[in-house]
Amino acid sequence: MLDATPRYPGQLPAAPGVGYKPQHFRDIADHPAPVAWLEIHAENYMGAGGRPIAQLRHLSARFPVSVHGVGLSIGGEGPLDADHLSRLKQLCDWLQPASFSEHLAWSSHGDHFLNDLLPLPYTDATLARVAAHIDQVQQMLGRQMLLENPSSYLAFAESTWSETDFLAELAHRTGCGLLLDVNNVFVSATNLDYEPRAYIDAFPLDRVGEIHLGGHDEDSDDHGAPLLIDSHGREIADPVWTLLDYTLARTGPRPVLVEWDTDVPDWPVLAGEAGRAEAALARVPA
Amino acid sequence: MTVSQAQLHDALLDGARPAPAGLTDGHGRPAGGRFAVYRNNVAVALTDALEANFPAVASLLGPANFRNVMGIFLRRHPPARPMIAEYGAGLPAFLDGFEPLGHLGYLGDVARLEQALRAAYHAADAAPVDPAVFEALAPDALMQSRLTLAPAVRLVRSNWPVHAIRAYALEPGAPKPPAQPQDVLIQRPEYDPQMTTLPPGAAGFVTTVAAGHTLGAAHDAALAEAADFDLAQTLALLLSGGAITEITPGETP
Repeated sequence: MLDATPRYPGQLPAAPGVGYKPQHFRDIADHPAPVAWLEIHAENYMGAGGRPIAQLRHLSARFPVSVHGVGLSIGGEGPLDADHLSRLKQLCDWLQPASFSEHLAWSSHGDHFLNDLLPLPYTDATLARVAAHIDQVQQMLGRQMLLENPSSYLAFAESTWSETDFLAELAHRTGCGLLLDVNNVFVSATNLDYEPRAYIDAFPLDRVGEIHLGGHDEDSDDHGAPLLIDSHGREIADPVWTLLDYTLARTGPRPVLVEWDTDVPDWPVLAGEAGRAEAALARVPA
Repeated sequence: MTVSQAQLHDALLDGARPAPAGLTDGHGRPAGGRFAVYRNNVAVALTDALEANFPAVASLLGPANFRNVMGIFLRRHPPARPMIAEYGAGLPAFLDGFEPLGHLGYLGDVARLEQALRAAYHAADAAPVDPAVFEALAPDALMQSRLTLAPAVRLVRSNWPVHAIRAYALEPGAPKPPAQPQDVLIQRPEYDPQMTTLPPGAAGFVTTVAAGHTLGAAHDAALAEAADFDLAQTLALLLSGGAITEITPGETP
């Protein structure tokens, strides 16, 4: 059990950041503004050397870096992959990132990694298992982690907890912080037909150490109801910006990250999205 | 009703299975096609990873064909580890044995070359030796010494013109591949892997050196493959590519 820091968990600045893509290396070196920090996917920096590691070393000397894991399968039914946990520790040990985060999801079963963030039923059994896994991660890394809310396309009939209560209880039991993905909230609320602001109101906002934003695609389900897909492949939708304002008004300034992972645009477009996040932060009383 | 991850895993990888019962749309109705979002995410994410890792194979097969073949591969061989840049180590052997593509016998070797290039890109950094060390060795001492090669060095030997086929697949205007086998040496002087098609004998030399034998033994192996093997030329190639990180002198009397 680790203590939460007084203001918000973690050491990232309450400023805009972006998910780092190697094609932006030169642009970031030359004119990063308004981007103040960078997030990397842990699994892309587990090679032994070469350009990826060299670029990361270079950038980390200049920017706070957040390590965002996408492969630990913290919600997996089996034990955590000890080898993968060791690789995460090795990365965090040399990089000394300002933050480490992972997802409330599973992605591996047996020795198959499915490369997607897969959904969990919110039950007492899941809670106990995920809490034990978070304890193990925080012990191993020797640091507090942030856990991110998922985007959902379906629900489990067996769930007995709301997602917000589930996350609050996990944070309470383990001392972990939370990463609030506002786009995921909007996607899940649309898909499962609830009010996104009610979700924000119910969220344990004092635990939020980072906010994520990303683009989504629009589809529909078997009954013609809207079904949003968390694609990270386009501009952030206007209602998500509005929901960010609503959230920041309640959390105060927080580190805000723009994620753009597929059909990655040129740097000015991504920096422009970070600029919108900067403007949203500027509207918030400190 | 509980849904296990084993059930979900099986249904995610097998499109013929129905979505597991116990999944809903948030209003208690069966999730139906919503489950297909996850199924699609898994297939697309893994296919995209394979396309990023094997661009020449993707180009040679064309988009629709590549997606179909990879759909079969990824269901038989999902990644074993979450580092997606290393996904596809089993693809060359899969392509070798995949009968519907038997008429494209070179595909497996093209995949081997792409796999080797990627491994070289991510390999550990290493400082090369100073070429002057070689010049200081007497010929006898040189032939009894052993070399340590940089972690990025890879050798791909093929019965196909694998280097030329890869170039033909990826580079507009690249010449039509010649009908001849090619041995390709990959070195990484700094961060960009560089490929060289080797003259006869050189691959035997590199293989023998990499196995820890003396330069003399490697020279013999090369001469057995090609009587006109040029030792000085091959050593110069390895030195210019930063491929040699250590010279261990032999035990001379």
